[in-house]
Amino acid sequence: MSDVDFSPEDLMTMKDVLIEHVPHAKAIGLKVEDVKLSEAWLSVAYSEQLIGNPETGVIHGGVITSLLDNACGIAVQLTLPGRMSIATLDLRIDYMKPATPKLDLMAHTHCYKVTKNIAFVRGTAYHTDEKDPIATCVGTFMLAANRAQPLPTTSKAATEAMKILAQKKGGDA
Amino acid sequence: MSDAKTAIDVNALLQAIPYARFLGITVDQRGNEITTVLHFSQRLIGNPVLPALHGGAIGAFLETTAVAQLAFEFAGAGNGKVVLPKPIGLTIDYLRSGKPVDTYGRAEITKQGRRVATVRAEAWQEDRSRPIAAAHGHFLLQVAEDAAAS
Repeated sequence: MSDVDFSPEDLMTMKDVLIEHVPHAKAIGLKVEDVKLSEAWLSVAYSEQLIGNPETGVIHGGVITSLLDNACGIAVQLTLPGRMSIATLDLRIDYMKPATPKLDLMAHTHCYKVTKNIAFVRGTAYHTDEKDPIATCVGTFMLAANRAQPLPTTSKAATEAMKILAQKKGGDA
Repeated sequence: MSDAKTAIDVNALLQAIPYARFLGITVDQRGNEITTVLHFSQRLIGNPVLPALHGGAIGAFLETTAVAQLAFEFAGAGNGKVVLPKPIGLTIDYLRSGKPVDTYGRAEITKQGRRVATVRAEAWQEDRSRPIAAAHGHFLLQVAEDAAAS
């Protein structure tokens, strides 16, 4: 499909981009556990603030949405020959069973096809065994979604980005 | 109490959900309609360069909007006890990038079965005719007695 491959430095950059420069990913505690060409493994640690059902302590479905959405985006980036801005077009999530309280969540995503404009991705969320899924997803992403730059790849660029954001929001960042 | 739907405080229900509080979702309840509000905060940003809201946060907001609508419409059906419906599946269409401002949500139940309800939800910012995302999903309804038995 694609003949691009990544150096270990590229892969570390991808991890860095997600963790350091995506505020929402940081806020919920997303971590990139592993990456390879077209595939990504991300985790989110169980935490009280992510609970969706206060009676059972089960994590909110929205956390799984964020985890899978972000993991799908990373898988797309890991497939493209160069870095470019992408945007989620649609994402379908099926919930197979509730997450078990107190356990961390894992997601494995795979970008299995890229065309000129669109990338196709699927993924699974689970605790430890991918064959025992909590949720599965399939999504499409628009490539070169806008003229803006892709996510910054250095902390300096990210700092600049946050400054721009702070200016736009009246300086509360 | 009349035979009319028991009015419940959907906002209080949402504030009891830690993740809804974490995202900053409140409910504006007017008469027989509710609008959910996702209050902008830095932690909702997915792309700091544009900047744009995280697709996951928008998805979570739409799911919560659907759950709030279901809770609102089914209050009173199970002796006033609200049991949160469980999502079975959710498909989200991302229509425009979410700006770093407040987002509003509305949902409507398109089909209500005995066990499953189909819900559509929509999110917009400045202009309701220009939604940033739309979703449709299926939710498993749990009447109070079922929930107690499980």
